[in-house]
Amino acid sequence: MLWPRVGYGLGWNPWRELGRLQEEVNRIFPRLGEAASFDFPAMNVWSGPEDVVVSAELPGVEPDKIDISVAGDTVTVRGSRELENLKNGESYHRREREAGQFTRSLRLPFEIEAGKVEAKFKNGVLEIKLPRAESEKPKKVTVRTA
Amino acid sequence: MPTVSKDLQKREAQTPDAERTRPSRVYVPRVDIHENKDAIVLAADMPGVDESSVEITVDKNVLTIQGHVHEARPEGHQLTFAEYEIGDYQRVFTLPNEIDQSHIEASVRNGVLRLTLPKAQEAKPKKIQVRSAA
Repeated sequence: MLWPRVGYGLGWNPWRELGRLQEEVNRIFPRLGEAASFDFPAMNVWSGPEDVVVSAELPGVEPDKIDISVAGDTVTVRGSRELENLKNGESYHRREREAGQFTRSLRLPFEIEAGKVEAKFKNGVLEIKLPRAESEKPKKVTVRTA
Repeated sequence: MPTVSKDLQKREAQTPDAERTRPSRVYVPRVDIHENKDAIVLAADMPGVDESSVEITVDKNVLTIQGHVHEARPEGHQLTFAEYEIGDYQRVFTLPNEIDQSHIEASVRNGVLRLTLPKAQEAKPKKIQVRSAA
């Protein structure tokens, strides 16, 4: 049985759901970026008709230390940041940057075409392009007159 | 899932000294500063900044680092979920007098600015030979 609200033409848009969730959270924390704590690295998600672009800021991480894996509808970014060790006779004035390992997974509302995932890393910003699997792309159905 | 402290997030500048003409946000980059016998070395996290968009000025003993980030929006996409925001970077330091300001070196790699501030000759530690009074 079809529920009436499913059939009203707009369809179910997972991104709209995500947006609604974000609005909800924004209401609780007026400035999301400052009030809430996140997993590291913080990610931005851009969505297009056929793919999603995920970006993250990873300054000082070597590109070969970033490992991206895709399984089904989940993308996982792993990596580590190493900072120089002090040599003998050197001393810190300030130490605000941190080193260590990180892992972050993001689940998308569709299956990812794993073979076509592209990632680039420029000036410390990682950008991963995750195309929607062929079988999950929206299909256009033409209506014939009987 | 482990959550990290607010410490790992970008810190927005609290009181920019003057209002900016560009409407973007300004962040305070995180820095490490260490000293060795020849120089003071500064490393600042400024993701999105490259050699051409970073500006370093030394005025008397005030060092200002600025980085402009060009916000790249993937074409045909819209931002649906955001955890961080993009903005410029600015931070000001007072330098100790012993810096040789004409030989400051800067480089940017993977979004990290590295500044080498060499110590002036006079300020380097000198070894003083003790001669025996013959």
